[in-house]
Amino acid sequence: MPPSTNPSLLSRRALLRRAGAVTLLMGPAAGLLSACATSSDDGDTSTGGTKSGTNPFGVKDDAPIELIIFNGGYTDKYAVEIHEPLYKKAFPKAEIKHQATPEIKTVLQPRFAGGNPPDFVNNSGAGSMDFGALVADGQLLDLTPLWDAPSVDDANKKVKDTVVPGTVDVGSFNGKPYVLYYVSTVFGLWYSGKLFKEKSWAAPTDWDSFIKLLDSMKAAKITPYAYAGANAPYYQWNVILTHAAKIGGADVLKNIDNLEDKAWENDAVKEAATLWAEVGAKYMDKSHEGLKHTDVQLLQDQYKVGFYPSGDWLENEQKKDTPAGFEYQMIPIPAKPNGQMSPATVRATAGEGYIIPAKAKNTAGGLEYMRQMLSQAGGKGFADLIKSPTVVVGASDSVEFPPGTKSSQAALKAAGSDVVNIFFDGWYKDLDTEARAATNELMFGRINADAYVTRIQKKADAIKKDSSVTKFKR
Amino acid sequence: MRHGKYPFIVGFLFAPVTLYVVFVIWPYMQAFYISMNAWRGFAVPPRWVGFDNYTKLLTEDDRFWRAVSHNGILLITLPLITIAIALFFSFLLSVGGKSKSGDMAGVWGSKFYRVVFFFPQVLAVPIIAVLFQTVYRPNESGLINGLLMKLGFDPVFFMIKPNLALPSIIAVLVWQAVGFYVVLFSAGMGSIPKDLYEAAELDGASPVRMFFNVTLPLLRDTLQVAWVYLGVAAFDAFAIVNVLAITDGGPDGATTVLALEIYRAYGKNDFGYASALGVALFFLTITFAALTLRVTKREAIEY
Repeated sequence: MPPSTNPSLLSRRALLRRAGAVTLLMGPAAGLLSACATSSDDGDTSTGGTKSGTNPFGVKDDAPIELIIFNGGYTDKYAVEIHEPLYKKAFPKAEIKHQATPEIKTVLQPRFAGGNPPDFVNNSGAGSMDFGALVADGQLLDLTPLWDAPSVDDANKKVKDTVVPGTVDVGSFNGKPYVLYYVSTVFGLWYSGKLFKEKSWAAPTDWDSFIKLLDSMKAAKITPYAYAGANAPYYQWNVILTHAAKIGGADVLKNIDNLEDKAWENDAVKEAATLWAEVGAKYMDKSHEGLKHTDVQLLQDQYKVGFYPSGDWLENEQKKDTPAGFEYQMIPIPAKPNGQMSPATVRATAGEGYIIPAKAKNTAGGLEYMRQMLSQAGGKGFADLIKSPTVVVGASDSVEFPPGTKSSQAALKAAGSDVVNIFFDGWYKDLDTEARAATNELMFGRINADAYVTRIQKKADAIKKDSSVTKFKR
Repeated sequence: MRHGKYPFIVGFLFAPVTLYVVFVIWPYMQAFYISMNAWRGFAVPPRWVGFDNYTKLLTEDDRFWRAVSHNGILLITLPLITIAIALFFSFLLSVGGKSKSGDMAGVWGSKFYRVVFFFPQVLAVPIIAVLFQTVYRPNESGLINGLLMKLGFDPVFFMIKPNLALPSIIAVLVWQAVGFYVVLFSAGMGSIPKDLYEAAELDGASPVRMFFNVTLPLLRDTLQVAWVYLGVAAFDAFAIVNVLAITDGGPDGATTVLALEIYRAYGKNDFGYASALGVALFFLTITFAALTLRVTKREAIEY
């Protein structure tokens, strides 16, 4: 077959050439193109109802409300069984459109791009949307009216006074509240109460007793410390940074979040990284770098791992795999006693984010739904069902929690005002990625603490310089 | 030329060309446009930034260059290894056996092997990646390491060791691709006239000699097609890397490829940058395809 008559090749080349020519003409025609993927028509916002004491946002009583719930560790049962009935009770004529999905971004990106988002979104999970990006483009409703509205249970109390202090701030971007974080979350090191009792080990209270215990675990042929390198190295940078705060004070973390110069190169971060790199070298299993969090958590449930760093969703997440009597327990990150903050300091925050798109049709309904979630009935119902306390003050007092949540709540209480939090990962995804990669390098012995902080600092500086990235402060 | 010929042709072409324009050409043009903008994928007008995304890509993003170099490594190794193995197998299956009265045949059971080799092609790519998660798992529950540890060896950290991760990925890609090319080459070998082999055999050529002097030259066209297909596949590799590699193309970017970088940019809602990466990938793929077709262009042998 002579090449000149090979029709498929010829036409392919010709087609490409033509496609190339079209591309060159594209510049001036760009405006036309924007009509497609990048269209921008405004959704119409209809409220229309009259505002009153029991209806502070003026919800139209027959306006349908569309909810998207993340179907993950908490499932969507709490929405169907607890919160939606509360809304239905307040507005019996309203139709509730409920959709649950494990892939929030897949479902919602086109809705946001098309300008027709739903009225309420539980933005969570690995496939969640970037909060920072949503805020930077004005896609989220300012929640100030929610926090200033009278609460469901006591009309003389504003909603913001019925939640745990700090709840509004956690969901604020540059001082404006955009996200409702609903579930109280405490971070620490987790172990099996049963295993400790059997071996008559005591929970360590400071760094030296912690290291001694790790030695005993090693002698007992248990991997003393583990985290999952394949997909959860942020569990470990969380440990290192919380430890750094104990050494150098809460400002260490604030400076990191605010992208201050040399924030990562702070001595406290270096010291914490050095200590944990030693733990990595002596007490971890090198193969865990290739395991996922579910694998490592399963190993702990099989009594093969001593300590595992996580938040207090762990107990609920592992419910199916936990053997009877395992008894999850949590301690704060152990530290030497001479730090700026007490050894009892914990990282605690409100987790599980809920948002209302600014262009939703029934934004008043979205606000009202949140107000119902934050009622005593909403908070108690959630805590009863999920066995995790919410940010609603007093709503989970009568709830009987499992041992793990009990111990994390006790640790939170013991910490008093020594509670820290970390925000940079939600604000700058690139910095989180860099910190994750660097943490694996550090903990599995490929770089030292100096290289660790230098490396992340470099990324933080690059993000600070990049004018295309929207900056946040706290 | 008869009347009515053009409406006839247009009638046939209308549907496929429309589909092609709407689902291929149009999105490509949009990608070019979006790559010149800062856009987060919301109903907000994109902000024109000209070539900023490309400047950032070429001068600041070392992950981009690592991805390009990994795609480059794939581009060389994937076709070479796959074609070599596939040729070997298909030669054995088609003409490697004993000849009976000049009739070339494959080794015993070749029909069965041909089906077995094709199995990986039937599986969806993400499933293969999940399978190999278990094959490569670094502890005693991994398929390979479980065996090694039982035999008293140290486990091999396939996806953890930075210099072992990419070769492990390549091995999966080769494993998955070989079956298809065995079938393709077997078909190609089947169309080579038997008398050529007969003549070679009469001249006393060994099977090796026959392979290099008869089979290979006459398979040239098929090889060229295989090379282009595998080259294009080397520019993808997304699903395997995304599922199998640790920490997003890790360890520490040791296995990242361009398609994964696009996915990551999309994950941060940086659609302009993701599109710029896509355009870069587009030009790389086009250049490769054009070069291959140009370089390997030669009069085919007619028989």
